[in-house]
Amino acid sequence: MSLRLQARKLACERDDRWLFRDLDLTLEAGEILRIEGPNGSGKTTLLKILSGQLSGYEGELEWCGEPMRRVRRDFLANLIYLGHAPGVKAALTPLENLAWYQALAGEANAGRNGQPARMAALEAIGLGGFEDVPAGQLSAGQQRRVALARLELIPRALWVLDEPFTAIDRDGVAALEARLAQHVGRGGSVLVTTHHVLKATARLRSVRLGDA
Amino acid sequence: MSSNVESSPPVPSLLVSEPEGGLMVAIRATLARDITLLLRRRGEMLNPLVFFALVITLFPIGISPEPAMLASIAPGLLWVAALLAALLSLDSLFRGDHDDGALEQLLLSPHPLPLLALAKVAVHWLMTGLPLALMAPLLGVMLALPAGSYLVLAASLALGSAVLSLIGAIGAALTVGLSRGGVLISLLVLPLYIPVLIFGAGAVQAAVTGANVMAHLAILGALLSVALGLAPFAIAASLRISLNG
Repeated sequence: MSLRLQARKLACERDDRWLFRDLDLTLEAGEILRIEGPNGSGKTTLLKILSGQLSGYEGELEWCGEPMRRVRRDFLANLIYLGHAPGVKAALTPLENLAWYQALAGEANAGRNGQPARMAALEAIGLGGFEDVPAGQLSAGQQRRVALARLELIPRALWVLDEPFTAIDRDGVAALEARLAQHVGRGGSVLVTTHHVLKATARLRSVRLGDA
Repeated sequence: MSSNVESSPPVPSLLVSEPEGGLMVAIRATLARDITLLLRRRGEMLNPLVFFALVITLFPIGISPEPAMLASIAPGLLWVAALLAALLSLDSLFRGDHDDGALEQLLLSPHPLPLLALAKVAVHWLMTGLPLALMAPLLGVMLALPAGSYLVLAASLALGSAVLSLIGAIGAALTVGLSRGGVLISLLVLPLYIPVLIFGAGAVQAAVTGANVMAHLAILGALLSVALGLAPFAIAASLRISLNG
């Protein structure tokens, strides 16, 4: 079975306005699919539909050739979704935040055994030394990095990232871009919305919304 | 779509078909996380308890300090005040998670949402309902509640507040997407709270008059088992509806 996320004739209406119609797109293993478009063109909505969060759409959604509704659990077991809000609890430390996500994702070593892995993930994302500071005291960029540390910690084939470069500094952006390239190089897939211009490669495809 | 087999690139080994770790791990982690969160924001946890104590303190002042008078209304008073205190704490049950994006992550977990939601409700009961039940006998003394009824008061509140948490969580889940859900929650769940109030206060009343309390407690227990069986699914569905907007 190989990774394949496919949408056919996708359409979504919001407030009597079509955000998009007749949208066909396919994401296969080893690809980055970038969703472009001006503000309000429905990028986040499309991402939420494609990650199985919204049901108010028309059209068909398939995961590895099966209807999404039927294989939802399988799909979720292969997905990491990073939304607009980082989903980081201000009152918890980065380590505690990651521990919950690790357990929630169904990782086997989510308990105390996972501590070295969590430390390593925070180190890799540039938060070494901040492991035990409550996330509320970190800057917006650092909080976003806590969320991004999930990508290091939890191995998942499909990454769905909504504006992952927000609030990240220049070095962080470069590192993340390299990380995305590495992930697709290993056969993973990335679905991303961003205003940041990604380096053009053979693996990168773009879909533009809001021109209709 | 038969073409995807031959055209697919290699290394799809990343793909898993089932989450590896157990459901218990996720539930335990959710319990631990929510308890930690509440312990770090003690004010939020103490709010319902302070409200409960204040309301009960005001009644002897407002009505009459006469023990016979107070004792006759004490069962109902204690129960109503505890019910309102529990109601007060409901709005924050899912709101924090909704505001910082953790709720959508909870919904994207491969584990069954009803059980994860149940873990959150269990923490709510542990940190609100149970302390209310333990505190109630103390406030019962202030209302001159007859000596034999304290245990029944605590037991009925412990059972009843669990039902209140479960039902209330449905209301909290339905209103989590609204900016001001507080009043709406009360309107939604208060009608469903009434049976709990009747049998809860009834149990204490029976203990005061020396009648058999087991019937009331058994009905509370039955309400709890029905709520335990059905409410998690209603909460999960409500959360999905709220986040679908």
